[in-house]
Amino acid sequence: MNLRRDVFQAIADPTRRMILLLVASQAMTAGAIAANFNSARPTVSKHLQILTECELLEQQQRGREIYYHLNPEKMKEIADFVEPFRKLWEERFDKLESIMKNYKSKK
Amino acid sequence: MEPKTKVNAEDGKQDLRITREFELPVELLFKAYVEPQIVEQWMGTKVIKLESKKHGGWKFQTSDQEGNVLFQANGVIHEFIQDEKITRTFEMEGAPFEVQLEYLEFTKISDDRSKLDMQIIYRSNDIRDQMLKVGVGMAKGINMAHNRLEEIVSKLK
Repeated sequence: MNLRRDVFQAIADPTRRMILLLVASQAMTAGAIAANFNSARPTVSKHLQILTECELLEQQQRGREIYYHLNPEKMKEIADFVEPFRKLWEERFDKLESIMKNYKSKK
Repeated sequence: MEPKTKVNAEDGKQDLRITREFELPVELLFKAYVEPQIVEQWMGTKVIKLESKKHGGWKFQTSDQEGNVLFQANGVIHEFIQDEKITRTFEMEGAPFEVQLEYLEFTKISDDRSKLDMQIIYRSNDIRDQMLKVGVGMAKGINMAHNRLEEIVSKLK
């Protein structure tokens, strides 16, 4: 298994992006994060481990609980973050165009 | 070749613009935003509600094969001008982002070409950037079936 983790590898996964989204507004425990997913708890733990290893998430001990929060500095490293968003819309619009072209010819 | 879809997100601002030209008459482009069955096809999400009129509401939902809800979004339509303009709010449910405002303007270029200009306004610059960085992952939940297919295919290689 490749132990070298970089931010792009980390955000390539939809579940991990969802985790980042969840902790974007407030620090959460592993349990609270896992409650948002149907995946098994160890799967979510694995994702948390990867995100922590690449420093997108930071751990903070509060009493007995460990809270995960977003590391804004590391998030800034994701420089060209507009491109995946653009691609998402390009895909949708391409689909829209082809559907409507068929729609037109069927009429 | 220049990409067809352009996204302009200026540094420090709290909005962004998405523009795209279509080889479609403006009436057909507009229809793709109004007809629930068509929206479902290109957005890849289920349309629970889509009241295309002033003060109408909308709600989209995506579930996996087991019926678990992966993505849910809703909003209200503030302005609706046939073949010209839709102004609406957009809120992703279960996400820590506040509602965003969307202006969609449809322009006729010729009889079979049209343009869409979409402006999305977020509560703050930070929220806009976070949404761009990780919101794509949420939106991709919409294309979960497609993603799964890609995963299976990539494993076969």
